[in-house]
Amino acid sequence: MSLLLNVTDLTVEYPTRFGTFQAVKNLDIRLEQGEIHGLVGESGAGKSTIGQAIMGLIPNPGYIATGDIELNGESIRDLSQTQYHKLRGAKISMIFQDPQTSLNPLLTVEEQLVETIRQHSNVSYDDAFSKAVGLLEETGISDAKTRILEYPHQFSGGMRQRVVIALALCTEPDLIIADEPTTALDVAIQKQILDLIKHLAKKRSVGFILITHDIGVISEITDRVSVLRNGELQEVGPTRIVLQRPTNEYTKALMAAVPRLDKKLDRFANILDDEVQLSTPELLWKVDGASPEFASNWLLTGERHESDDKPVLDIQNLDVTYFKKGMFSFGNDEGFKALDDVSLSIPAGKVLGLIGESGSGKSTLAKSIVGLVRPSAGQIEFLGEALKFGKARSRQDATRRKIQMVFQDPYSSLNNRRKVEDIIGEPIRFFGLAKDAAEQRKIIASILELVEMPQRAMLKYPHQFSGGQRQRIAVARALVARPEFLICDEPTSALDVSIQAQILNLLKDLQAQFGLSILFISHNLAVVRQMADEVAVLKNGILVEKGEVESFFSGPKDPYSQLLLSETPSADF
Amino acid sequence: MMLEAWRRIKIENEFVYLFLANRVAQLAALVALICILGAVLAPLIAPSDPYDLATFDILDSFTPPAWSEGGNPQFIIGTDDQGRDLLSSIMYGMRLSLIIGVLSVTFAAIFGTAIGVAAGYLGGRFDTIVMRIADVQLSLPAILTALLVDGIARGLLPREQHEDLLLVVLSLAIGLSLWVNFARTARASTFVERNKEYVQAAEIIGLHPIRIMLVVILPNILSPLLVIGTVDLAVAILLEATLSFLGVGVPPNQPSLGTLIRIGTEYIFSGEWWIVIFPSFALIFLIISINVLGDFFRAYLNPRLR
Amino acid sequence: MFAYVSRRLIQSIFVMLTVSLLAFAMFRFVGDPIAVMVGQETSIEDQERLREQLGLNDPVIQQYGRFVSNLLTGEFGFSYRTRQPIGEMLLERAPATIELGIVSLLISLIVGIPAGIYTALRNDGFLSQTILITTLVGISIPTFVIGIFLIYLFGVQLGWLPTFGRGEVTEIGWWKSSFFSIKGLEALILPAITLGIYQLTLTMRLVRSEMQDVLNTDFIKFAVARGINYRSIHYHHALRNSMVPVITIIGLQFGGVIAFSIVTESVFQWPGMGLLFLESIRYVDIPVMAVYLVIIALVFVVINLIVDMLYFAIDPRVRLQPEAG
Repeated sequence: MSLLLNVTDLTVEYPTRFGTFQAVKNLDIRLEQGEIHGLVGESGAGKSTIGQAIMGLIPNPGYIATGDIELNGESIRDLSQTQYHKLRGAKISMIFQDPQTSLNPLLTVEEQLVETIRQHSNVSYDDAFSKAVGLLEETGISDAKTRILEYPHQFSGGMRQRVVIALALCTEPDLIIADEPTTALDVAIQKQILDLIKHLAKKRSVGFILITHDIGVISEITDRVSVLRNGELQEVGPTRIVLQRPTNEYTKALMAAVPRLDKKLDRFANILDDEVQLSTPELLWKVDGASPEFASNWLLTGERHESDDKPVLDIQNLDVTYFKKGMFSFGNDEGFKALDDVSLSIPAGKVLGLIGESGSGKSTLAKSIVGLVRPSAGQIEFLGEALKFGKARSRQDATRRKIQMVFQDPYSSLNNRRKVEDIIGEPIRFFGLAKDAAEQRKIIASILELVEMPQRAMLKYPHQFSGGQRQRIAVARALVARPEFLICDEPTSALDVSIQAQILNLLKDLQAQFGLSILFISHNLAVVRQMADEVAVLKNGILVEKGEVESFFSGPKDPYSQLLLSETPSADF
Repeated sequence: MMLEAWRRIKIENEFVYLFLANRVAQLAALVALICILGAVLAPLIAPSDPYDLATFDILDSFTPPAWSEGGNPQFIIGTDDQGRDLLSSIMYGMRLSLIIGVLSVTFAAIFGTAIGVAAGYLGGRFDTIVMRIADVQLSLPAILTALLVDGIARGLLPREQHEDLLLVVLSLAIGLSLWVNFARTARASTFVERNKEYVQAAEIIGLHPIRIMLVVILPNILSPLLVIGTVDLAVAILLEATLSFLGVGVPPNQPSLGTLIRIGTEYIFSGEWWIVIFPSFALIFLIISINVLGDFFRAYLNPRLR
Repeated sequence: MFAYVSRRLIQSIFVMLTVSLLAFAMFRFVGDPIAVMVGQETSIEDQERLREQLGLNDPVIQQYGRFVSNLLTGEFGFSYRTRQPIGEMLLERAPATIELGIVSLLISLIVGIPAGIYTALRNDGFLSQTILITTLVGISIPTFVIGIFLIYLFGVQLGWLPTFGRGEVTEIGWWKSSFFSIKGLEALILPAITLGIYQLTLTMRLVRSEMQDVLNTDFIKFAVARGINYRSIHYHHALRNSMVPVITIIGLQFGGVIAFSIVTESVFQWPGMGLLFLESIRYVDIPVMAVYLVIIALVFVVINLIVDMLYFAIDPRVRLQPEAG
């Protein structure tokens, strides 16, 4: 095999008003023909910038400061824009993350494919057309002859990504840069797309640079991997070796933070420091008498349900049907059944992990419990009493305090226009949990420290914090209502792996300390494995399996569960 | 210490940073400031009072600007057909334009935002009805709506009363033609915010819908409304001038920029160009400066436009 | 297709009903129609008889029904001021406004769309920045001031072009057209530019911002990454996508042109519908105002329907969506 791509000492800089920002620092990458090289790192690692640099498409005002990029032994760094553009497609192509947005909605697949093929080779329309059909077949689109005439919106997400791959391949490039090609897809489809990429790399001996944040994807298909952090290369080598025996401190910490599918850990060890350095005055700022101990004592006081063997939450035969609302829809529409005859119970003091892909109805279930969605049939019992559905639940209903929720996206779940103090203070104020303003402040400061935030955070606005810190604030807001039941709806899916590990540790600690009952919703099997005592699997609104966590992961019974488990890219290393 | 603080603000505060980097916006802010000061302080600094019949003399009429032949240094940019000092008239006219502009935009903003937020948050039938009405209103251009409201007011009110209430009628007429912009923007933004998790978090604990709309959602949608407000202020001033020019706004004895231009047009053929030119430029400068600032706000709030 | 069209049609009918209700309310409740129609000396009994005769004592719903059916059959009633039938008055003046509107709309599209594309593609160029600053000035100058400046320059100073009226018109049946004589065309130039400039700047800014939005999408970036030539990316991929929203606004603009012609017609004493409307406001001639309102709304509704049909042709996402979806 010969050397396809040789990047040496690459530095990409962006001038900003704070000074020059180096997105990539002195980076080397080597890629053989037919090799799949993974670039892995958390947000801000500079992975996408590398792809853009190779494509010659660094967005303004960024530029390559030092280094060289050689393709097939020839330097391409100093090519003019026109020469570079001839290279794109012909030698290097790219696959984007979201197949929903990367195809032109107004042109048929035929038009897009044929135009691309004829751009780079002098063939007749008919030849280009038959080549296009052949490519679609190769990328796994059945009935390609008729489907090629369709528009992108007529394809499903996975099929669209196949079209995108066909488009990237149709000019027979030597190198394809795939930027998070499966991040927007469900697990089962992700597996198919990854298999396709692997197959194409071998068969056509195309080099792939695969950019991803997902260690699972890396371990699944890459031959070699580069681990990046803040624009710097941490470690590079054959994938198995880097993942199994990392030598670099960061890589070690990163691997330790990856939730494992094969066994449950009590805690994630060897976690990286929190990303934001806090100065000393920040840490010294205290509210009088506030401390984590005060918070734990305060959380354990107050009215509480005596725990017995009965489940906290018991869902019986729950149906949720969404009707399409429109001005001109008359009569009884069939509606769309988001949940179909779901029965589930959550034992006191335990964590139930609810697994499902997008559209499985897992968030609908959470919303039904908190009263945001009105079920059409069935019953939900909370502490032995039936919960009122939807708007029928009064605003003063006691369960509004006892059931709390932590949302998926910490960037949208906190009100950016209110101080942290007001955000956490709202439930205290609303439920009348504090005697006076002074006590309220003390509680807020203490709770913040309980979730490992400095007390001074209460004076700031959410945008001044990182994603992980925001999620801690969101957890504090849920805790401060003194809930007996907590719903966590994908609480870590918007976070980087190392931050995810921190939040999962925090949730585990809080659960153990306060004996919380938790409904933990996630699409990520490995995360559920780390958190849950019991597991339930939803598919298209139907509960296909429920059971104890260890027995589920050692041998799922339902075929869908088996499929999920087998197709989740596992980081077994 | 102060200097150090200012240096930090200059870099860290995006708004200040962008403003300092944008010469055009600075110039616009300066022009707007001069216009506003001139208008606000008109009774104090204007050479004469165009409302006070005793201060002007018909014999001074058609005096050209001071620097041209036959000019009089007392009237820097000349006088109009009744001998009123043009500079004073422009300052008072600017005052009237700004008052009507601010009043009508305030009215449109409050009314439109309230309806838009409610429609976006409550949804359902209320939303459907309100937005259908907005659609109908949108199919009538602002100028037409303002003319119609003014016409209806003329039909309903006796003549004297109509003139007394002129400020209110004009502001209402212009405000009613602008509320849809606010309502649609507020509704669209509320619609986006409503589905965000922080609003759901507030709903779950059972916060009152009014509190959710006012305390939780409203602060998050103010930015686009601010842009609309700036743009609409320019539109409102333009509408007022247009109505006055058409002779259905401010009556000719009250100097508004529109009426001054209207008077001026009668004399462009006879060579008294200054009566139309100076009020026109005053109006144009005022509106351009507001529009430039509006563009700047928009660029600041939508980084993709930069 | 059928469901799509019928949904739009129902919405349009709703709009027209609302506007006609508004017009009816104006007609019926702003001032007393009888008091305006008859002289001072008419006796109370005569007034009452006339009231009965005109059906003003009938239930309001019935009156509204009659109002709508009159409108549908082209019975627009009589002007308070001139006592002429409104239909005739409007018909006589409609050609002037329509011709003025079409010409200025054409000016705004022919100049505005290319300028918008140019400034979107060459964002930082000198010419681009100049055009952008000019348009900012363009939207800031009131239409009537533009008109006055043009009159001053080309009418008063240079004396090249007529500054009021339609000049010479050619009659084709009842339609009086400016298009068939030099004098008529000359008279059309200044008003059309005046009316067109504001729409032009709007069109240009809109095309520019839509085009920039599209140029930032993933599918354009993907096309660049595939090495498609820039000409095709700009004019085949990007332009087509940015035309979808542009068409909507252009549809709305035609109505805007008709309405803004009120101002232009006033500046140039152009004998169109706008001038008629303005006179009716000055003399509180409510029936003319009401009918004008209905007609403007109708123009809008019809144009919007046409725009929706165009959507259907351009955007496969509208065309090929599942009927029930």
